[in-house]
Amino acid sequence: MTPPEDWRPGASVALLRLRAEMLAATRAFFAERGLLEVETPALSAAASTSPALQSFQVRDADGGLAGYLHTSPEFPMKRLLAAGCGSIYQICRAFRAGELGRWHNPELTLVEWYRVGMDHHALMVEVAELLVTLLPPERLSRPREVLSYQEVFRRALAVDPLQAPLAVLEAAARRAGIVAPAGLGEHRDAWLDLLLSHAVQPGLGRGGLTFVHGFPGSQAALARLDPDDPRVAHRFEVFLEGVELANGFHELADPAAQRARFEAELRQRAESGLPPVPVDQRLLTALEQGGLPECAGVALGFDRVVGLAAGATNLDQVMAFSARRA
Amino acid sequence: MASYSTNEFRSGLKIMLDGDPCTIVENEFVKPGKGQAFNRVKIRNLKTGRVIERTFKSGDSVEAADVLDTEMQYIYSDGSFWHFMHPETFEQVAASEAALGDSAKWLKEEDLCQVTLWNGAPISVSPPNHVVLRVTETDPGLRGDTSSGGTKPATLETGAVIRVPLFIEVGELLKVDTRSGEYISRVKE
Repeated sequence: MTPPEDWRPGASVALLRLRAEMLAATRAFFAERGLLEVETPALSAAASTSPALQSFQVRDADGGLAGYLHTSPEFPMKRLLAAGCGSIYQICRAFRAGELGRWHNPELTLVEWYRVGMDHHALMVEVAELLVTLLPPERLSRPREVLSYQEVFRRALAVDPLQAPLAVLEAAARRAGIVAPAGLGEHRDAWLDLLLSHAVQPGLGRGGLTFVHGFPGSQAALARLDPDDPRVAHRFEVFLEGVELANGFHELADPAAQRARFEAELRQRAESGLPPVPVDQRLLTALEQGGLPECAGVALGFDRVVGLAAGATNLDQVMAFSARRA
Repeated sequence: MASYSTNEFRSGLKIMLDGDPCTIVENEFVKPGKGQAFNRVKIRNLKTGRVIERTFKSGDSVEAADVLDTEMQYIYSDGSFWHFMHPETFEQVAASEAALGDSAKWLKEEDLCQVTLWNGAPISVSPPNHVVLRVTETDPGLRGDTSSGGTKPATLETGAVIRVPLFIEVGELLKVDTRSGEYISRVKE
């Protein structure tokens, strides 16, 4: 079954060199701006409660549960912020069970950073500055654009994602030629995800960076809601050539709101038949006792950035050994 | 009943869709970073040959299709059915015109074909990639003209009509690529 060429790396030596140069450039970018590089555990007792992220469980030598591999270093990095370490960054491997595809690998390299005193708009500018440093100029032939979630749906599908009734979203999917899977039912966010991934995202970031902000409040994740329009969250994503590169938040600091979101996510996990996971009590205590400073944070998919820099068509071409060779 | 999760999707996997056996041509995993994951799949209906696109929620399961690709020898046609035999077990199956489709025009007795069986019955037949067939009809050849690049139609012994170089004559044996329907070369007897 196993093809005999599997021992070879998926990435060429030239690409591995480019990857190393881009890693060095990323560290230089943060060093110049005075961010502190940190390391946090990949294996921890708590896990992300998000129904959209599945953590690998790790067994101890005696068969007991040793913990969960992190899906991002967000929680311990926030504990560091609450402990007063100032702006920080980390470059690490994160692990997401079940994510395997052209632009997905269950083990991925994240560049995650937090900026004390910044909001998501200021952080979007910094993300663009880093990407301009990392990507060859010919990949960014037009200036970056910053559009709202509402606007990108309006342009691609002529629907308002914040207001349109479910029937209108379903009709938009049909018009776009999507045969929707059974079981989306009344899950409005699942319909929005279907439309985004199939009909909106492929057109985003053509010829240059597209920042999308103002995600629906129901998809806030760990972002704060817009105080002037609670229908939307202070969350953004960055796209280039239809590929999502980063996701960022003006971070939620309110411990009670954070606890409520964890609990809501655990209920959603139960409804979807997903296993329960332990909530990060240390994070909640950090938010209560230390207090999260006003900050914005973002996670950048480094493998994808290398892929787009190199003009690759999948992650196997830019990783030494992607999951199929691991 | 056997089933496959979307995690097992890969090209070539045989699944049931809307009551028909299908094969997965292409499987793309798409997922908004913080959202629902989907498998966007191109699927060929093995009965009609049509390729359609379908989206599944990642983690969903679909019924497996009991489909087997097997190498069999074409033995004869009785006018309504094409009969094939397994070269080792000598088991025989009869394929309908619908299962043969376009393949019928390339089949010569004793050729080894790939026969796709669904629940034991043939639903499609692929001829060998290359076949050698005799020309039964074509305009008179232009001797010596081996380089002009012009072509003319020629009818082969199985009924297939292909474009051939001008120098080809009735009675010659030709090697043909059945996937493109293109002439490759003359074959010496």
